Amino acid sequence: MAKTIEEINKKLESGRAVVVTAEEIIGIVREKGLERAAQEVDVVTTGTFGPMCSSGAYLNIGHSKPRIKLGGGRVYLNDVPAYIGLAAVDIFIGANALPEDDPRNRVHPGEFNYGGGHVIEELVAGKDVRLVATAYGTDCHPRKKLETWLNIRDVNEAVLFNIRNAYQNYSVAVNLSDRVIYTYMGILKPGLGNANYCSAGQLSPLLNDPYYKTIGIGTRIFLGGGIGYVAWPGTQHNPDVLRNEAGVPKRPAGTLAVIGDLKQMKPRWLMGASMQGYGGTITVGIGVPIPILSEEILGYTAVTDADILAPVIDYSEAYPQRKGDVLGEVSYAELRSGRIVVRGKEVPTASLSSYPRAVEIAVTLKEWLLAGKFRLTQPVAPLPGVESGVTFKPLKERPLEE
Amino acid sequence: MIVSRRIVLRFPRRLVDRPIVYWLIKDYNLEFNILKASVTPDEEGLMVLELRGEQADYDRGIRYLTEAGVRIQSLSQDVIRNEERCTHCGACITICPTYAFEVDPVTREVSFYGDKCIACGLCIQACPPRAMELHF
Repeated sequence: MAKTIEEINKKLESGRAVVVTAEEIIGIVREKGLERAAQEVDVVTTGTFGPMCSSGAYLNIGHSKPRIKLGGGRVYLNDVPAYIGLAAVDIFIGANALPEDDPRNRVHPGEFNYGGGHVIEELVAGKDVRLVATAYGTDCHPRKKLETWLNIRDVNEAVLFNIRNAYQNYSVAVNLSDRVIYTYMGILKPGLGNANYCSAGQLSPLLNDPYYKTIGIGTRIFLGGGIGYVAWPGTQHNPDVLRNEAGVPKRPAGTLAVIGDLKQMKPRWLMGASMQGYGGTITVGIGVPIPILSEEILGYTAVTDADILAPVIDYSEAYPQRKGDVLGEVSYAELRSGRIVVRGKEVPTASLSSYPRAVEIAVTLKEWLLAGKFRLTQPVAPLPGVESGVTFKPLKERPLEE
Repeated sequence: MIVSRRIVLRFPRRLVDRPIVYWLIKDYNLEFNILKASVTPDEEGLMVLELRGEQADYDRGIRYLTEAGVRIQSLSQDVIRNEERCTHCGACITICPTYAFEVDPVTREVSFYGDKCIACGLCIQACPPRAMELHF
């Protein structure tokens, strides 16, 4: 029954393709069995919508008259510093950047109500953003100061380029200490007061393709409400982790670097976020279509929340001190029930990634495919797999000599 | 019939030093639970109360407060979820001390029950997209 991506694209063109979401496929496989489902279904769509810190965007703002060389100078967008170690008018704004006068954690916990993620959201929403820049001036770029409103429709390129998104599984965060802690996994109450998790589970892209058999470099995806691509394995991509019998990682594993035209995106799918006491970030919507090329690939997409286990980690001590201790493993079905048991104690759970929005992304991608707005692509190179030798190394610190 | 309501009282400057709430118990036989009380820099008093009692007593009590010059508003009008910003992630669920947020087990959408809210403000900081707003 093996199909090719080309064959599926032809079926999509002729309107005969069957596309379902990673949630819908579970029931279909249960009802019809793997073999029949694999014959009938052509594409399974996935989705995830959660805070993804290693995200940012680059812009080419166009040349001013007279010209200015921003590279080596300073640039602020709505007071948030942008990176300009690039050519004259290329700038990069990171989701975690903060205004210089933000009090940060000087009074702990800081609020982080506005940062780079919010600037990106406002750009995408079509709002004017204040650009303030200083430069040192050269013979060919004499201008030293620039203050102007900037709108995404006027810049040459605006590109979202996130170097680590869509984590394949993630840890569940708890707090064993006796004080409230403020982490990138949210506010954690003392003495196992709550447990926060952050994955779309059975809808999450890489959990539906655990061995990266279809998702690779060049895969076309839903990104921030527009069309994007997998650019590269994400940073910290770590394929060789503990997995269950079906190959589903039981630890944070693969990641994606993604890229796409910011001008097509929508603020509903790219939203500035604030993690109390931690920092500013951005919530990113990603959806990846999985072509059902074989029964094996379909089998992976039928994964359910009950099959996916995540490690429970103490964020008061084990995480910050980089100790390996895992307090236990829980499934996403347990996490979604609202309660898990850790060290014999019932702990209420909450999610940081939005399941309803993940469903909406998977459904939107399905609609795009069925409406002929979106075609599948053949990856140009695979993501490093389990056998690649790629690992996630800690920093090897070497003290500077006197 | 017993009624129980959460209300926000605003005391003008001239009433801040008067034992208004005391008379609610004494003359109107009402039970109350103070959820929040403060005096603002312009010396307006603000109090969030859960007020409980017989409907007739409750109505008379409210009339007394209004006639004394206290402005009254239902608490649910003061704590608002900005539906544009809420992504239904659920980060608020375990933070809220009165269980005012609930996840639908099927759709995973988060509902906010204003009648359970005591306006403590904890959800405001816990919400990553900052969808919860307190309008006092």
